[in-house]
Amino acid sequence: MSEDAIVVEGLEKSYGSVRALCSVDFSAPTGSVLGLLGPNGAGKTTAVRILATLLEPDGGIARVAGLDAVRDAAKLRAKIGLAGQYAAVDENLTGFENLDMVGRLYHMGKAEARARADELLEHFELTHAAKRPAKTYSGGMRRRLDLAAALVFRPPVLFLDEPTTGLDPRSRLGLWETIESRAAAGTTVLLTTQYLDEADRLADQIVVVDHGTVIAAGTSDELKDRVGGERLEVQLEDDTDAERAMAALAEISEDRPTLEDHTVRAAVRRRSGIIAEAVRRLDDVDVCVEDIAMRRPTLDDVFIALTGRAAEEEPSEEPREEVYA
Amino acid sequence: MSALAMTVSDTLVLARRNLKRIPRQPDLLVAYTVQPVMFVLLFVYVFGGAIQTPGFDYVDFLMPGIIAQSIAFGGFVTALGLSEDVQKGLIDRFRSLPMSRGAVLSGRTFSDILLNCLSLVVLFSVGFIAGFNFQDATVGEIALGIVLLLLLGYAFSWVFALIGLFSSTPETANSLGFTLIFPLTFASSMFVPAESMPDGLQQVAEANPFTTITDALRSLWLDTPAHTDIWMSFLWCFAIIAVFAPLAIRRYRQVSAR
Repeated sequence: MSEDAIVVEGLEKSYGSVRALCSVDFSAPTGSVLGLLGPNGAGKTTAVRILATLLEPDGGIARVAGLDAVRDAAKLRAKIGLAGQYAAVDENLTGFENLDMVGRLYHMGKAEARARADELLEHFELTHAAKRPAKTYSGGMRRRLDLAAALVFRPPVLFLDEPTTGLDPRSRLGLWETIESRAAAGTTVLLTTQYLDEADRLADQIVVVDHGTVIAAGTSDELKDRVGGERLEVQLEDDTDAERAMAALAEISEDRPTLEDHTVRAAVRRRSGIIAEAVRRLDDVDVCVEDIAMRRPTLDDVFIALTGRAAEEEPSEEPREEVYA
Repeated sequence: MSALAMTVSDTLVLARRNLKRIPRQPDLLVAYTVQPVMFVLLFVYVFGGAIQTPGFDYVDFLMPGIIAQSIAFGGFVTALGLSEDVQKGLIDRFRSLPMSRGAVLSGRTFSDILLNCLSLVVLFSVGFIAGFNFQDATVGEIALGIVLLLLLGYAFSWVFALIGLFSSTPETANSLGFTLIFPLTFASSMFVPAESMPDGLQQVAEANPFTTITDALRSLWLDTPAHTDIWMSFLWCFAIIAVFAPLAIRRYRQVSAR
């Protein structure tokens, strides 16, 4: 396919006086994972709802799998899967019944829907709980069932709205692995998240949104490069070596090396050979090194640099996303 | 698949879903069985002695009214279920599927018909035990009354569907339903003769569709004069469906979680 699987151009949406999206642009090539990163209220959910045909934009273009999200909404629904931060499963139905129902609503045949439900339950390690009502499931199990429901029809494009919010670390890791395997199988994934490590790990491209506008876009590495170079961190065996160590590293450092918690930090521009050179210099002045490593800036650093605040802060309430005609 | 075949198939899939839930939610089962029984017993034995219904035993006067009220409220489970579906994000999932746009609601209202059949069996049973008897009613008249009741239940399911979609929580749906519709059933001839009410209220009661429907049932089952009540009752039901079904479907297409 020549066109990108997800194309958003000049997308606008307001709720009353609140501008949820102000001329937002982004795109995702077929088979890639796009991470929409931003704090609560940034407009991530609004963008996903528009792309998933749940909400009509005020203006701009939203195309998914070559189809317009407004004009071709009915056709588009056969090509997308949606899983949200609220695990949308029927608590009174069993895991099997939930997936079977979704299959029938995609107009699969009876036998086909059942076979697909069994297959997904096994894939998501829910076979043992297949006959239990979903209200008896743990949070992680519900999320897996919700994701399974989004995959019933093998959609080429998958929307995941904060898929791991509220999950314990182990369930989170499991869900990440599942998302990675879907992406590896060629599914285009749009993922929203407030977690920087999640975007870092899963997304090929990251779009940072804040207050309804795109404030940065690129790969994880590109974004980190914008914040500045790398840092060399040297952990010392003995603090009395600190002065000599900092002096030795000053020549290869961009600025004055600093000392904190037995660790000397120095900003460096180039990467290749820098550790070997640092070790040589430290050895020349008889500094004993416990550990030495290069540290790249984290996405946390990126977010603070871009917005002047940490990503986890919640500056405003997500607007109540409801439309009155 | 044609649009009609798709709508029928989706409706049946969702109706089956609604019915499967019932035995797993014992509180709903109570609403369908114990609550109507309680109402019949309260009215017959607590108020019955004090209410004058010239020409009738009170239980005979009461049963058509109380059955109509219970059946009209049968759709309540639709209001609760839909507001829960909205709250839990299930409506978002359904709206993102390539399914019929009305099926979530028609599935609800269709399963309500089946549940109302269950209510009817319970209500007639407790009615007969309390002493209710048909008077000069043919099998056809009894059946026509039952058809009218099921149609009434179906019409009110659409009213409750709209209430459910406008409620942010099942609790809101509950209080909205009770404050809007419950008084309407009491300001009618369902439980007491309209003539016994003060001026003003009496005129309201006489214009109330619940009065029309209850009087139609009495004419069918107790051989009272029918006037225009029977065909007017059917007209009322169709009018309610014609107004509320499009409103509810329109609302469904715009509603979203949170």
